[in-house]
Amino acid sequence: MKLDRRTILQGTGVAAAVLAAPTVLRAQAPAIKIGILQPVTGALAQDGEYGRLGAGIALNEINAAGGIKSMGGAKLQMVFGDARSNPEGGTAEVERMQSEGVAAIVGGFASPIVLASSQAASRYDIPYLVDVGVSDQIVNRGLKNTFRFGPGFGVVTAAALDNLVKLNDAAGKPAKTVVVVHEDGLFGSGMAKLMQNELPKRGFEVLETIGHPTPSRDMSNVALRIRALNPDLVIPSSYYGEFVLLARTMQQQKIRPKGIYAALNGAASNFRFVKEFAEAANFVMDCNHWADPRKPKTAAVRALAEKDGRFWLYNTPLNYSAVRLLADAIERAGSADRGKITEALAASTFTDHIMPYGPTKFVNGQNQGAAPVNTQVQNGDIKVIFPTEFADAKPIFPAT
Amino acid sequence: MLKLEIFASALVNGLLTGAVYALIALGLTLVYGVLHIINFAHGAMLTLAMFAVFVCHAWLKIDPYIAIFFLTPLFFGLGYGVQRFIIGPASHGDDSNILLVTLGLSIIIENGLLMLFKSDTRSIDVPYGFSVIEIGALIVSVPKVIAFVVAFLVAGILGLLLLKTDTGKAIRAVAKERMGAQLSGISVDHIYGVTFGLGAACLAIAACLLMPTYLVSPRAGNAFVLVAFTIVVLGGMGSIGGALAGGLIIGVVESLSGLYFGESLGQIGIFIIFIAVLLFRPTGLFGAKA
Amino acid sequence: MNKLGMNTLGISRAPTDRTLPLIGIVVLALAVLPLGVTSNVVLNFLGFAMIIALAAQGWNILGGFGGQFSFGHAVFFGTGAYAMALLQVRFGLNPWLALPLAVLLGAVVGYVMGWLSFRAQLRGSYFALVTLAFAEVFRITANAWGFTGGAAGVLVPLKLDAANMQFADKRVAYWFALALVAVALVITHRLTQSRFGAQLVAIRENEDAARALGVDALATKLKAISLSGAMTAAAGCLYTQKFLYLDATIAYGPWISVEALLAPIIGGVGTVFGPLVGTFLLLGLGELTKTLFSHMFGGAWPGADLVVFGVLLIVCVAFAPRGVLGLLTSWRRSSP
Repeated sequence: MKLDRRTILQGTGVAAAVLAAPTVLRAQAPAIKIGILQPVTGALAQDGEYGRLGAGIALNEINAAGGIKSMGGAKLQMVFGDARSNPEGGTAEVERMQSEGVAAIVGGFASPIVLASSQAASRYDIPYLVDVGVSDQIVNRGLKNTFRFGPGFGVVTAAALDNLVKLNDAAGKPAKTVVVVHEDGLFGSGMAKLMQNELPKRGFEVLETIGHPTPSRDMSNVALRIRALNPDLVIPSSYYGEFVLLARTMQQQKIRPKGIYAALNGAASNFRFVKEFAEAANFVMDCNHWADPRKPKTAAVRALAEKDGRFWLYNTPLNYSAVRLLADAIERAGSADRGKITEALAASTFTDHIMPYGPTKFVNGQNQGAAPVNTQVQNGDIKVIFPTEFADAKPIFPAT
Repeated sequence: MLKLEIFASALVNGLLTGAVYALIALGLTLVYGVLHIINFAHGAMLTLAMFAVFVCHAWLKIDPYIAIFFLTPLFFGLGYGVQRFIIGPASHGDDSNILLVTLGLSIIIENGLLMLFKSDTRSIDVPYGFSVIEIGALIVSVPKVIAFVVAFLVAGILGLLLLKTDTGKAIRAVAKERMGAQLSGISVDHIYGVTFGLGAACLAIAACLLMPTYLVSPRAGNAFVLVAFTIVVLGGMGSIGGALAGGLIIGVVESLSGLYFGESLGQIGIFIIFIAVLLFRPTGLFGAKA
Repeated sequence: MNKLGMNTLGISRAPTDRTLPLIGIVVLALAVLPLGVTSNVVLNFLGFAMIIALAAQGWNILGGFGGQFSFGHAVFFGTGAYAMALLQVRFGLNPWLALPLAVLLGAVVGYVMGWLSFRAQLRGSYFALVTLAFAEVFRITANAWGFTGGAAGVLVPLKLDAANMQFADKRVAYWFALALVAVALVITHRLTQSRFGAQLVAIRENEDAARALGVDALATKLKAISLSGAMTAAAGCLYTQKFLYLDATIAYGPWISVEALLAPIIGGVGTVFGPLVGTFLLLGLGELTKTLFSHMFGGAWPGADLVVFGVLLIVCVAFAPRGVLGLLTSWRRSSP
């Protein structure tokens, strides 16, 4: 266990310093206020906290490098809002951010929060940059102020399916049967529905689709069903806790499919899981948001994130990159004017982020280059296995 | 389609899980039976106990099963104090106020834990975490068997405590006839505290039994609250034997309905039983006529 | 609210005609508020407070006057909210037509739930728990059913137009919500003066005695739960029109059951103004602690504000065991 009292104290100390920094800087130049909206209390607190971490790192970096140069080195100041893990909380924070005069808002994490908050922001024409929120309704509503840096649901599932076929073909098609396990909320259910429709077209037989609530007290029954059906592949789409329980139970029950191929999973690309349950996690694959391992800055950001005693999750690089993207737009706009920032965002070709997306290009608010990657836990590390252009490891499949 | 061994596994697993549910429900039913209050802070107190187990293991290197021996008295004291010095005085004995106070407590505990431990989900790794007993095709988790046995032991001890000891008799007297008990010299406030303390102690034990196979975050305990309420209703409010039987039944129902209808809709099964019992036999399957 | 008005804040033994003018004064005061306050934060807060107040007023009819505590008013809130959204999205109905239908549906659901529970003689904690279970069944069903949009939820298209019950001006949205709250206040006041209300209170005080006196307890409670369901469903409609997005946890989640129950308890159970006062206190304290902590620590201690909020909640109960209005009345009595 890495965690002891000291690291906790250090962690909070650093966090406090990160958050206090913009206040100190206020005196020097007319700061530009950036709203950072994340759920840090309630059910989604874990994800929100890692998102905030990434945003904080980016803001510090930008300010340390001299702020927004086209505006005489103006610093960026974080106006943080706790969305309380619900849409009302998100909306109330947007109103507060509006009253504090933010130039733009980044974040939201969950689709329901994003849907409500971006709409509230649209009333004031505040540019709203979504970090995660995969629901495709977010960018299909025609809101001019809303941009999503990461991939939406459709893109993620398409990639997950394509890469699965590639993976299976390369290994000589060992996998034919599939069991889909999903959390019964927005992303898990949507994922399962798509898998159910699309997998048969690609030569897989879906033996069963098992939904489960979040939180679940016990995943033994799911594991038992998997044992009974004995599929070649298990495709889980769940939050952190439930997947950890499932993987642990599967290990205990000696259930060893040829592969576990997760999609947008809360645990499969989480270093805490990998560190704490190395055996259960080994060889688990995931199609998810992930930082680009080729970019040198990725390692630097990761080091900063882990220095706070935290683990490396996708929320951190996504929010880091989103804030950097926004800063670039402000730089080009040369103004804190919301309309100008929105225009600059729409025209963005930003490349200096740490996601594997290529140059940014928004069409109807959706970043066209945004795509997930496939990772695999390999002996205590999380490696990229697809796309092959920048994979840092070969997939190990079948695992048994 | 499902083989017998899978059915048997689900059945065994349901019984094992149900015993821990029963232990969590024991505290709730005891508090309800005596104080006639619905304790909204029950889930948060379970979370608190789970974090206590986590701290014992991660920082003090104490095994969860050893931790039972001092976390139980600690939580008894905590529960006693909370009832005697917070819930009791603040609520002025009024039902609706007790709701508010216990709700307030749960907000304080949940967010206090969030402040202290951050939002991460944590688990502990014990050497026996993955140990199993194999009986033919049946693979049974050792920590769950231990939990099952201990849950029964605790229920037995609690039952004896209520039947044989003076305090136990006083608790039953207060549960039956508060005014009469008070008149015969029993300190009702003290007994309320003791009862609440016993409830909290049950949670501490449940937490020690859960942690080897479960995980904890500042909201982890909430997952058990509704199921505990169901068990309390099923077993009859205030009945220890009822809670135990109710726990096992719900464990098995959950396990089998999860197996056949899927986990999500399987949960509806629990609530439909809950509603049906309330509508057709509100004193519970085992409760005496109210 | 002035000190003079406090004697008639609703706890008075025999509701006098002074309550009605007071409703007028309170509503008028709330209505002119946005003319002075232009902050959007406050306007947004007021708009949301009206939704909670309306849900709480609904709870208060059944729980406050009837003594039947519900832990599951989310059933009505969610039904109203979903009906409002689905009638628009699936059937293309204008929201002004959807509103009365959704409210009616809330009443129907209330009647059915009441018929099941009250006929089974459920009282006290038993009734409370059965409502909780109903809410969970509704939540799980809404989450699994394609018609309600399932887990993906339902999104009402943004089209700011008064004809579409989406108000471009936040003040207008607030005034509309306030109007519904005012209607609920008047209905509640009428209730206190009616025979139905007297019977309801009699049941709360002692159901067996009320029955012995010839009160049809079942019919009275059914009437109360229907009215209660309708009011809380109206709150759900307002929610849909304000946030334009719903999923099962938002609509049928325990959060709204808790808010609807807390507000009247803090304000004063079974009083005309209790839910309104309680709502402002409850939400106000929450906002206050949140704003305060965010200014002090910039969000460095997530949850700290809620800890303080929880403490304040308990302190509130400790010092105002009969709700804020109860406290005011007893002060008035002790200091003539």
